[in-house]
Amino acid sequence: MAEHGNGDSTAVVKAGDGTSGGYAIDNPGLPPHRPRLADVDEKAAKRSERQVAAMFIVSIIGTLMFFVGYFAVARMDQFDDYFEGMTALRVQNTLIGVGTALAMLGIGLGIVHWAKTLMPDHEVTEARKPLRTEADRAEAEEIVTGIIEETQIKRRPLLRNTMIAAALLAPLPAVVLFRDLDRTEDFGVERMRHSLWDEGVRLVRDPTGTPIRASDLTIGSAMHVIPENLREIESHGDRLAEKAKAVVLLMRLNPDDLKEPTPGREDWGHDGIIACSKVCTHVGCPVALYERHTHHLLCPCHQSTFDASEEFKVTFGPAGRPLPQLPITVDDEGFLIARSDFTEPVGPTYWERGHTDPEGDFPA
Amino acid sequence: MSASKQTYTEDEYLEVNEYQPKSNTGRIANYVDTRVGGTSMVREFGRKVFPDHWTFMFGEVALYSFIITVISGAFLTFWFDPSMATTRYSGSYAPLQGLEMSMAYATSLELSFDVRGGLFMRQLHHWGALMFVLAMSVHMIRVFFTGAFRKPRELNWVVGASLLILGLGAGFTGYSLPDEVLSGNGLRIIDGMLKAIPVVGTYTSFFLFGGEFPGNEVIPRLYALHIFIIPALLLILIAVHLFMVVMHKHTQYPGPGRTERNVVGYPIGPVYAAKAGGFFFIVLGVLSLLAGTFQINALWNYGPYDPSPVQAGTQPDWYIGWFDGVLRIMPGFIGNIPLEFVLPTPWGGNAIATPVLVPMIPITLLLLGVFVWPWLETWITGDKREHHLLDRPRNAPTRTAFGVAMVVWYLVMWGAASSDLMATHFALSLNDVIYWLRAAFFLGPIIAYILTKRICLALQRKDREVALHGHEAGVIEVSADGEFHEKHKLPNEYELWTLVSYEAPAPSGPRPNAKGKITALEKLRARLNRIWFEDRVVPVSREEYLEVMSHHGHGPAALEAAESRQAITAGSSTDHR
Amino acid sequence: MKALSQKRRHPFAFVALLLLGLLLTGGLYAAATTVNQAQASNTPDGFSSEQVEEGERLFVANCATCHGMNAEGSDAGPSLVGVGAASVEFQVGTGRMPMQMQGPQAQQKPPQFNEEQTTQLAAYVASLGAGPGIPDDEWLDVDQGDPARGGELFRINCAMCHNAAGAGGALTEGKYAPSLHGVDAVHIYTAMTTGPQNMPVFNDANIPPEDKRDIIAFLKTYEKQGSPGGFSLGFLGPVSEGLLIWTLGLALLVGSMVWLTSRSS
Repeated sequence: MAEHGNGDSTAVVKAGDGTSGGYAIDNPGLPPHRPRLADVDEKAAKRSERQVAAMFIVSIIGTLMFFVGYFAVARMDQFDDYFEGMTALRVQNTLIGVGTALAMLGIGLGIVHWAKTLMPDHEVTEARKPLRTEADRAEAEEIVTGIIEETQIKRRPLLRNTMIAAALLAPLPAVVLFRDLDRTEDFGVERMRHSLWDEGVRLVRDPTGTPIRASDLTIGSAMHVIPENLREIESHGDRLAEKAKAVVLLMRLNPDDLKEPTPGREDWGHDGIIACSKVCTHVGCPVALYERHTHHLLCPCHQSTFDASEEFKVTFGPAGRPLPQLPITVDDEGFLIARSDFTEPVGPTYWERGHTDPEGDFPA
Repeated sequence: MSASKQTYTEDEYLEVNEYQPKSNTGRIANYVDTRVGGTSMVREFGRKVFPDHWTFMFGEVALYSFIITVISGAFLTFWFDPSMATTRYSGSYAPLQGLEMSMAYATSLELSFDVRGGLFMRQLHHWGALMFVLAMSVHMIRVFFTGAFRKPRELNWVVGASLLILGLGAGFTGYSLPDEVLSGNGLRIIDGMLKAIPVVGTYTSFFLFGGEFPGNEVIPRLYALHIFIIPALLLILIAVHLFMVVMHKHTQYPGPGRTERNVVGYPIGPVYAAKAGGFFFIVLGVLSLLAGTFQINALWNYGPYDPSPVQAGTQPDWYIGWFDGVLRIMPGFIGNIPLEFVLPTPWGGNAIATPVLVPMIPITLLLLGVFVWPWLETWITGDKREHHLLDRPRNAPTRTAFGVAMVVWYLVMWGAASSDLMATHFALSLNDVIYWLRAAFFLGPIIAYILTKRICLALQRKDREVALHGHEAGVIEVSADGEFHEKHKLPNEYELWTLVSYEAPAPSGPRPNAKGKITALEKLRARLNRIWFEDRVVPVSREEYLEVMSHHGHGPAALEAAESRQAITAGSSTDHR
Repeated sequence: MKALSQKRRHPFAFVALLLLGLLLTGGLYAAATTVNQAQASNTPDGFSSEQVEEGERLFVANCATCHGMNAEGSDAGPSLVGVGAASVEFQVGTGRMPMQMQGPQAQQKPPQFNEEQTTQLAAYVASLGAGPGIPDDEWLDVDQGDPARGGELFRINCAMCHNAAGAGGALTEGKYAPSLHGVDAVHIYTAMTTGPQNMPVFNDANIPPEDKRDIIAFLKTYEKQGSPGGFSLGFLGPVSEGLLIWTLGLALLVGSMVWLTSRSS
């Protein structure tokens, strides 16, 4: 066994050892062609032929299956019973799908089997042509230099420079043309600071729009809330855009579980009832998963976790700021109302978010 | 020499008219050729040789999936109305009847429930799209690990990478069209990510959505991108990609008879054309099978888009997953220190959304890395030659290891997008899953690099062992003096050629430039070059091979085989390479 | 929607059996007023004193270790005073209680007590203090529910945790919202009224009994209609779809590719 050691010492050659050279043997050329069964045995060839034909017949059956699925199964709206219609749809989809699959696979597998067993299988060697010859390249270079020379661009820098300037400026109108992609009247970032919430706006249930009494919430309750004035907006798109800023999660905790509020936020809740923006401060998914014992709010998109008992501070995940809290109180009739708008823009961070507030709406 | 200056004789002009076709095919060819000159194409392509290997077919799968999504997509456009105008749903799907929704969602439901075959076409379109991006990804991985991107194919690699990115765009814009809650929240994430971009982000979002999210505009705009702009770009780039494939001729794996100067394979007509044509039907068949038996994007579950609802398990389609996953593993706070901050400016300050911006770094690095890789590798290795023979991945250990490390990095980000489902399905804590993924994000690629490199080197050593001493035959022999041997079966010359025909050069030190100075950049290059080449297994040399063969004492049979091979190699040793 | 009730037997079978049990022990299954279900069913009037006594015996033997001899609670389990019969119906009826071991949350498993015993335990717990009661079967009759309205309510109030198709989802630190497929109507209802584990409470002032019935109707419709497009892949959305294309889809194609490029024998 001693000979076996020969290769081992050289197995990993470290840097500096330059033993590299020609290959151990010469390219032996293509292995000899091995004939297939179908090449030498006419019976085998006949068998292949039958197999290919059988696959084509499977394809025909598949196409027929499609027609059965399409015509023999009624459309859903032709059923009185909804569940029967649903079942029919599933049957139809399966027949159409499997029928098409058989039709296509039959053809595909048939052709490939044909090519594999009956068409010539001699490997062919073709020479690669050099991409371009040296002469071609030289000639091309000559032509291009000639063209450039004839334009005189090199001799007249004024032409060159003004042309470059014009060419750089010319595409700008094409960019400017896109300005009216946003045609809203209150164009700009200011609108992002405001939502429909305002002093005295009632909190109502989403989607029913019924107002909420404090007593409607027992400890551990959570309610999905919109501002009452949202329903006054006619246009669906405008309503959604406002709703996207105004959605609120309302929950009632045991007041003892709430941590001491920061100064200025003492009266933002009502008897353990607190409200926060549902829009995640990360990238804006609705943070709607509320765990009533741990007081965790979880965002299902990126798992940011907020603690409702500590003014919605971030306890886990990618969010970078607490959820904005909506200051609430109770009106004379006992319904929950907002004390004001949110005191900061809701939703994800944007570049202009740090700008000084020109209207002085938000405390520093 | 030059075509432009060439003149033709009158006879040459007349010759075409004198050609007498011998068959019907010939007559058709003559008709076409005298008008548009198509026969030169047939001459060029009719018997063009394509190498045959299963890993070469992922590109075809991508092409066919694209064609299938274009055809099924065209069908869908006849019913789908990309409008955000509202309507009350009155179609067949009972649990949504009477709800206010956009026309886009209503017509998507109509396609699913009230158009026969509509559900099938929708599912075929969606499965086809998933397969399109999948096939492009696997194709790219194959090209990378076999070194098929090297000169002269660097530009085609860039075209391919652009196709992949366009594919992601095509997929995402399509995913968003039905305007239901799942994709609406996906758009909301896009809105949040756009807004995080410094300076231009907020306004980019306004322009995309036509005002504040979600507005009335985004679906028709995405539709224009989805059915016109992106597919048109895809088509153009696919044409360029295929043109270059034909121009370069396909690469081939190293093996007996294959050289840098030839292509070994099957001619287009008839074998390759039949196989490639048949394969289109197979791809369509497989996708139809999926569309007929597996439900995809059951958009009736999610309800019409509304900013309030969201569902557990909100994920994008798989190819956008890594964007989502990397957002999930980024922490917003380290301890109690927020990573997000306000940059003080004269006008009050600008917010930097670090937790959204930092995850864009690995994504940008990976995508950028893909684009520059061919030039980066050439720069490091100094190899500026043309390569038409592929590398066996083990014979380029550093590239393979680096590639696997990047794949693992991608997989960690991708997997992170399903962190919540990992938690529920493997009974883990959601938080722990994220902690582990954060660790894997940093450690995974490093471990993968080291392991892969070791495995490659071990496989190369194994190749050496087989080349010199043969395969273990599994037969134990006892010699006359009682010594035990395992019988070894030497490889035949064809196998041997594959095992020994590769290069493993030693690292090259820094080279001074024209001024005789070694720049800092050159020093860096030399260091990378050293990392690239320092661990290597040299191929069996001719001297070494002959030496081992002449001393072989395995037993009569093996010796005989060795001697006969020696005769072959010795006979042709003078003209090697 | 008639067929819904005819074919969907389980919830009603359960309620029917429950009623039978109550009649046998001489109790009257009170449906008091229907204006405010929460208040109406707070009174444990529907239970007989025998049931309360029997329930107490079961409680002391099976539950007191954690919840205390008088259900006053301990370190291992919360007080049950005021949780109501609905809590017992949900926790014991779905097998979550008695708990096998402490964990992030109680797991569903085969019920440890039969319906009679569950009712007795409920009677005992209801006798300790007012709480949500077992719903009147009027509110469990999905035939009267509106699945479209229920679906809207479900998406706003439930889908974020339980998934749009009710397949369940992850919560923080190992907790999860379970799948709602195959859950009895009465258990869906009592889960809403009592807020088991970390689930918020959806009392009748938040989601009135009619709305709860709509939600149940939606879930039952959804469960019954199945998945028209083929196998549902667990209703998990893009992740399971991506997994399928990378496994089955890729395998089918790689298989055909290997076959296509291999030489025929």
